[in-house]
Amino acid sequence: MERYWSVRDAKTWLMLLLVVLMALPATVLAQSADARREAFQAMPGTTPEFWRDAVEGVSGRTQSNSPGADTLIMVEGERWREIRNQWISPGGAIALGGSLLAITLFYLLVGQVKLENPRTGKKIERWTRWDRTIHWYVAVLFIILGVTGLSILYAKWFLMPILPTSVWAAWMTAAKNIHNYLGPLFAIGVLAMILKWLKHNFFNMTDLKWFLKGGGIVGKAHPSAGYLNGGEKVWYWVIVTVGLTVVVSGLVLDFPNFGQSRETMQLFLIIHAVASLILMAAAFGHIYIGTLGTEGAFEGMKTGYVDESWAKQHHDLWYDAVKKKTGS
Amino acid sequence: MARMKFLCDSERCIECNGCVTACKNANETEWGIQRRRVVTLDDGEVGKEVSISVACMHCSDAPCMAVCPTDCFYPTEDGLILHNKDACIGCGYCLYACPFGAPQFPKQGAFGARGKMDKCTFCAGGPESDPVLEEQKYGANRLREGKLPLCAEMCSTKALLAGDAQQVADIFRERVVYRGHRNSAWGSVEHEAAESEQLAQQAADLAYDATQSV
Ligand code: HEM
Ligand code: SF4
Ligand code: SF4
Ligand code: SF4
Repeated sequence: MERYWSVRDAKTWLMLLLVVLMALPATVLAQSADARREAFQAMPGTTPEFWRDAVEGVSGRTQSNSPGADTLIMVEGERWREIRNQWISPGGAIALGGSLLAITLFYLLVGQVKLENPRTGKKIERWTRWDRTIHWYVAVLFIILGVTGLSILYAKWFLMPILPTSVWAAWMTAAKNIHNYLGPLFAIGVLAMILKWLKHNFFNMTDLKWFLKGGGIVGKAHPSAGYLNGGEKVWYWVIVTVGLTVVVSGLVLDFPNFGQSRETMQLFLIIHAVASLILMAAAFGHIYIGTLGTEGAFEGMKTGYVDESWAKQHHDLWYDAVKKKTGS
Repeated sequence: MARMKFLCDSERCIECNGCVTACKNANETEWGIQRRRVVTLDDGEVGKEVSISVACMHCSDAPCMAVCPTDCFYPTEDGLILHNKDACIGCGYCLYACPFGAPQFPKQGAFGARGKMDKCTFCAGGPESDPVLEEQKYGANRLREGKLPLCAEMCSTKALLAGDAQQVADIFRERVVYRGHRNSAWGSVEHEAAESEQLAQQAADLAYDATQSV
C-alpha cells in the first residue's frame, strides 16, 4: 500500500514550509497549501520571486487556447473546493434536514389547522386558470430542478454506492441535462409569476397585525387577512429575492459559451447552491402549509375554488370584499 | 509501488513546446484539447524569463476528485489520478477546482454542453478493458508497455522529467549539485565558496525531499 503520510514526511514538510514561509505572505499560504505543495514537487529549482508570483496566480504567455491556460496556478480553486465541500454540502443537508424535522415536529405538536365551521358547500373563485397554470408550471419545474440539482450536489454519497456504474452514469447525465435544459424554462415561469402576483403582495397594516399575532397558527387568535396573508407575502418576496438569485446565477452557469472565467463560475456556483438550498428549505414549509398543514387550502390551487367557510376563516377581509362586490 | 511524478526544471525549459506536440501525437486528443501546455512568465525580460511545462500533477489530495459530482476519478497504485469518461457529465467542476488548469473539454456550449472531460493520464490510459477503445477514449497506455510518458521522453533539454518520484528526484539532485549555487533553488545571492557549497547541498536536499514526499 502507498504510504501517504509519516513522521518523516511531516518533518520534511515542516522544513519546506519554513523555507517557503520566508518568501510568502501568510495569507496565500493559508489559501492554497495543496496547489503549492504539488507545484513545489513538480517545479523545483526556481527562485523565491518566481514562487511568490506563481502561488499568487500570476499569468504568463502560453500557446494553449484553453480558458485560463496562461495562469500557472489558479489559487482560487482550493478555496472553492473548501467552501463547496466543507460548508455548502453539510450546511445544505442541515438546512434541508432541519426544515423537514421542524415541519414534522410542528405537525406532531400542533397538527393540521382545521376548518372551524363546517363547509357551506358554496365556493368562491380564488385562483384563475392562469394563476393555477403558472403555479403548477413553476412548481413542477422547481421539483424537477430540485431533484436533479440535489443529485449533482449529493447523489455521489448515497446513490452511487447502490447503483451499477452504467445506471449511475446514465442517471447523472440525465440529471445534468434535464437541469440545464429546464432551468431557463423555470426562469420564464418565475418571472411570469412574480409579475402576475405583484399586485397582491404589498405589505400593509393588516399584515403587521397578522405578524404580531404570529399568523394565528399558534393559539386561538385569528388575525385578519386580505387576499393573501402576511406569511404568503413573505413567501412571495422570498421567491422574488432568493428565487431570482437562483435563476440569475443558474443562467450564468448554464451558458459557459460566453467564456466566463473559472473564478466567475466558482462564485456563481456558490451563489446558486446556497440560494437554491435556502429556497428548497423554505419550499418545504410552503408545501406543508399548502397541503397537509391547512384543511381546505390545497383545493384552492387545484380547482381554483375554495369553500366560503375556509375563505371566512383564513382571509376574512378578502371574503368580505368578494361578498360586497357580488352583492350577496 | 512506484509513486509517479512530473518534474519540470525551469532552468532547462526553453519553451519549445515539444512536450505539447509529443503529447498530442501520443494520445491523438480531440481538436482543441491540449493536455500539456508551457507557461512562460516574464516573457522576453532578460534574466527573468522562466518557462514551465504544466499538465495534470496527479495531486495527492486531488481537488478535482473531491468536487466531481459523479465521483468518476480514481487514484491508481502508481499515485496517478485517472477518470472514467463513461460517468463524466461534463459539468466542468474539476476544471474549477484544479489549481493547474489541467482538465480540458472538447466544447463550451450553451446549456453547459462541454462533452467529456479529458486530461493528462500520465500516458496510462484509462478504465477500459478493450485496448482499442481505451486508446480511442483515453489515448496511449505507455505505462502498460513499460514506457514512460512521451512528453518527457521527447523533451529536448530533459527539462521535463517523468517517472518514479525517487529516481526523478535523484536526477534532479545530481543536477543541482553540479550546477552549484548560482542557479540553484532559492539561491539568488552571491556567497563565499564554502558557504555556496553548503547552500547547493541544502537546495539539493530540498528538491530531493520535495519530490520524495507524497
Ligand atoms: C433558471 C433556473 C436554473 C438554471 C439555469 C440552473 C442551472 C444550473 C447549472 C448550470 C448548474 C451547474 C451544474 C451543471 O452544469 O451541470 C446548477 C447546479 C445546481 N442547481 Fe440549478 N439551475 C436553475 C434552477 C435551480 C433550482 C430552482 C434549484 C433548486 C430547487 C437548483 C438547484 C441546483 C443545485 C442544488 C445545484 C448543484 C450545485 C453544486 O453542485 O454546487 N437550480 N444549476
Ligand atoms: S486534474 Fe488538477 S486537481 Fe486533478 S489531479 Fe490533475 S492537477 Fe490535480
Ligand atoms: S466534468 Fe466530468 S470529471 Fe469533471 S467534475 Fe464534472 S463529471 Fe467529474
Ligand atoms: S504524460 Fe502523456 S498524457 Fe500526460 S502530458 Fe505527457 S504525453 Fe500527455
